Amino acid sequence: MAAVETSAPPGPTTPAQPGRRKLTGYWLLLPGALWLGVFFVIPFYSLLATSLYDPKGSVLGGYDVTFHLANFVDAIRDNADVLVRSLWYAGLATLFCLLLGYVLAYAIAFKAGRWRNLLLVLVIAPFFTSFLVRTLSWKLILADDGFVVNTLQTLHLMGDNDRLLATPVAVIAGLTYNFLPFMVLPLYASLEKIDHRLIEAAGDLYASPVRAWFKVTWPLSLPGVVAGTLLTFIPAAGDYINASLLGSPNQRMVGNVIQNLFSATGDYAAAGALSVILLTIIIGLVLIYVRTAGTEDLV
Amino acid sequence: MTGLGRLRLWVGDHLIMLLGLLVLVYMFVPIAVVVMMSFNDNSKSRNVYKFQSFTWDNWTNPCKPSGMCHDVVVSIEIGLLATVAATILGTLAAFAMVRHQFVGRSVANLVVFLPMATPEIVMGSSLLSLFVVAPIVPLGFWTIFIAHVMFCISFVIVTVKARLSGLDQNLEQAAMDLYATESQTFWRVTFPLVLPGILAAALLSFSLSFDDFIITNLNAGQTVTFPMFVWGSAQRGVPMQVNVVGTVMFLVSIAIVLGGELNSRRRARALAS
Amino acid sequence: MSQAANGQRADGSRSLRLSKLTKEFAAFTAVKSLDLEVPAGSFFALLGPSGCGKTTTLRMVAGLETPTSGSIHLGDLDVTYEKPYRRPVNTVFQNYALFPHLDIYENVAFGLRRRGGKEVDRQVREMLDLVELTTQARKKPPQLSGGQQQRVALARALINRPDVLLLDEPLGALDLKLRRSMQLEIKRIQTEVGLTFVHVTHDQEEAMTMADTIAVMNAGVIEQMGSPDELYENPRTTFVANFLGQSNLIAGTIVGRDGDVVKVDMEGTVVSIPAERAHADAGKGWVGIRPEKVLIAPAGEPINAPGNHMTGGVVTDVSFVGVSTQYLVRMPWGQELMVFEQNTGHRAMLAPGTHVDVSWRPEFAFLLDASQDVNAGIEEA
Repeated sequence: MAAVETSAPPGPTTPAQPGRRKLTGYWLLLPGALWLGVFFVIPFYSLLATSLYDPKGSVLGGYDVTFHLANFVDAIRDNADVLVRSLWYAGLATLFCLLLGYVLAYAIAFKAGRWRNLLLVLVIAPFFTSFLVRTLSWKLILADDGFVVNTLQTLHLMGDNDRLLATPVAVIAGLTYNFLPFMVLPLYASLEKIDHRLIEAAGDLYASPVRAWFKVTWPLSLPGVVAGTLLTFIPAAGDYINASLLGSPNQRMVGNVIQNLFSATGDYAAAGALSVILLTIIIGLVLIYVRTAGTEDLV
Repeated sequence: MTGLGRLRLWVGDHLIMLLGLLVLVYMFVPIAVVVMMSFNDNSKSRNVYKFQSFTWDNWTNPCKPSGMCHDVVVSIEIGLLATVAATILGTLAAFAMVRHQFVGRSVANLVVFLPMATPEIVMGSSLLSLFVVAPIVPLGFWTIFIAHVMFCISFVIVTVKARLSGLDQNLEQAAMDLYATESQTFWRVTFPLVLPGILAAALLSFSLSFDDFIITNLNAGQTVTFPMFVWGSAQRGVPMQVNVVGTVMFLVSIAIVLGGELNSRRRARALAS
Repeated sequence: MSQAANGQRADGSRSLRLSKLTKEFAAFTAVKSLDLEVPAGSFFALLGPSGCGKTTTLRMVAGLETPTSGSIHLGDLDVTYEKPYRRPVNTVFQNYALFPHLDIYENVAFGLRRRGGKEVDRQVREMLDLVELTTQARKKPPQLSGGQQQRVALARALINRPDVLLLDEPLGALDLKLRRSMQLEIKRIQTEVGLTFVHVTHDQEEAMTMADTIAVMNAGVIEQMGSPDELYENPRTTFVANFLGQSNLIAGTIVGRDGDVVKVDMEGTVVSIPAERAHADAGKGWVGIRPEKVLIAPAGEPINAPGNHMTGGVVTDVSFVGVSTQYLVRMPWGQELMVFEQNTGHRAMLAPGTHVDVSWRPEFAFLLDASQDVNAGIEEA
């Protein structure tokens, strides 16, 4: 009897399980994986294919599948300034987000005490109000006869005919505003994990609060900094809502161009090429950045 | 100690908190503007970016702008459907990734992470290129649904995964030890303990879907969602009722989140007693 | 079939028998061909350092790990590959594993409800009475103190009247004082309910306080099994000698057996060790003596012991610990012996540097095989 049972040991929790249970993981994963595979991974392939089409084709007339590498050359030549501007705006917005976000995340993690959860809710709350509606309200805040411009003009920090709207300032302020929660949350997550005694120990070992911050808090919060800057920079670099609503054509970003090529011009090949270029640049920058920051296990 | 010295100490002690609150104020100014403008009477002026005079009209006639309420309904429909689909698919996948063995774990992790790290414009345009090359579904309601489920799944997986991996596996073993079969263990112990994570993921999915513009705009065909309505009307001047919708969204989500928070506070207070 | 034959007693509890039980993980063997019999109704302790395989053994009995080979029997019921929810065994988990979403009452009722038991309410109330938690029934686990949670975990398992109750380091998370009182509490409950308890712990004092039989486990095998005083007074291996309390182990050469004693030449002194305490019969051996069995006196003064006097010792260290004074005495052959003396007040403490003689009654010494590591079990204890 014992021998029969030895041949079939259906243990419930052992890692090495034969048969059906071993497949359960695949079955559970399958629907989600299919969805992401078909509607996220494969589209990248079709985007790449689109970017190589002969630009003389059209949606209605059909495209010739050629290896039209010239699309890339054209896209870079026509949009170099827009690409640079996008990265520049996104970079600045990320920097401002980091400054503002660090202060807020630090305050919540270390100074808020029992208000911690409430403050966190408040950080997430704006996120639940329409992105577009919030961005439009910046148009009112920065309006030419609005409170901000009037104050700055009274203080002679701005000339009487200077504007904020339709300037890089407005676009960058909008980007900063819109992506701030994406910075605060990861920063908070890694600051919150820091054992407060470490900072006290640094103080005990003769570090001034500023030095303690540089030597202990900042290095320990780096994973949050890296995650936060990526989560801010990447969407900011592809955004066109802020540039459209708060800027002028002079502040066009690469998202505006891609959107335009797809919807207005119908030049799918050029739009595809530009998308691929944007993605490549971002992946390149992210890889360099993550290498430099030394935190490769972000996922 | 002088009052001034004491003040200086207090400020030094609370400086970071004060600065943090200023940042928070920065985050809330636009929302205050949205709420304020929902009471703005702009019938006498074409300038929609300035508060003219107070009125209840926007709240009593929220559906006055033609098409807006219809578009809100479309957004809610897509949001609900996408939330249900993404939550189910994502939760299943999260269970697989935390609790089961499979080959290709790192690839799976990467594929889950990428949608959160890809600019929307790139995701939207690649999806559009797929729908153009292979017109399985005509652009419209269902392509928006497909897109929304796609980008919500990752957020669901990440949220549920976090909850699930924080779950003490001893609890499930204890249940089995106490005569609960595998399915009883799942429904009586595992699921109730993971549920808050699943609900949070669903809430997040709905708001991501309801709010999405860039990907939706590329793949919408003739269908119009609420964000697309706002975008379209922004060129001519947004109707003030848009602010009513914005305010309601804000209040509803705050109520849900605060409700959850109060609930856990009450539990925490019960712990203390 | 007689009750003895099927291993089941009248009160329902059964004996537990492990035969050649082995568990191999990818990198190492946690449990090596373990044979063990736990009599029905006993309070049995599996004692060993962390990583010795005791928890793995327990988990195999609970059904939470599948053995690589061997078998597990409850009475004459083979449960080796039975699912955890199909075996009449319950566990008190190390960190209690109370269900945080259920209140105390529902936690305790969990097992009964799964089995569709009758009179759930009455049984739960009785059980809560037994562990003195009646007033806490509607609280959630995190609202209780550590000791209370521990009692809930115990009640939740006990209520099912398992054939064998497994306790996995059940008191590890409690502070010392609470641990002491819980030890007595669990012992009282065990006597009251009369079930078979198998208790896994690394705390030798806890095992000795609670269990009537202890199996000392090391590196996947059982080193020795017996009652607490048997193990303490007559250890068979250096590991047991060092892990359970402390021992002086002195190298010696076995001279031979003489009647019912074994003679050992220990650094020039021939000592006699009762044959039943001698676990080596030829060659080199370790002569073991517990520190509190060693008697000490200033050089030349009489010592009340019939055995050999060893002279030439020098006190090198003195620690006063209240009930006793602990001396380190350097012997002429260079070894330092531990000597614990009760503070009966018959003599002042000896100062470091004092020349002393030591002695012990021969019947307290034991003899171990010299092939073993003299330091086995010291660090783990």
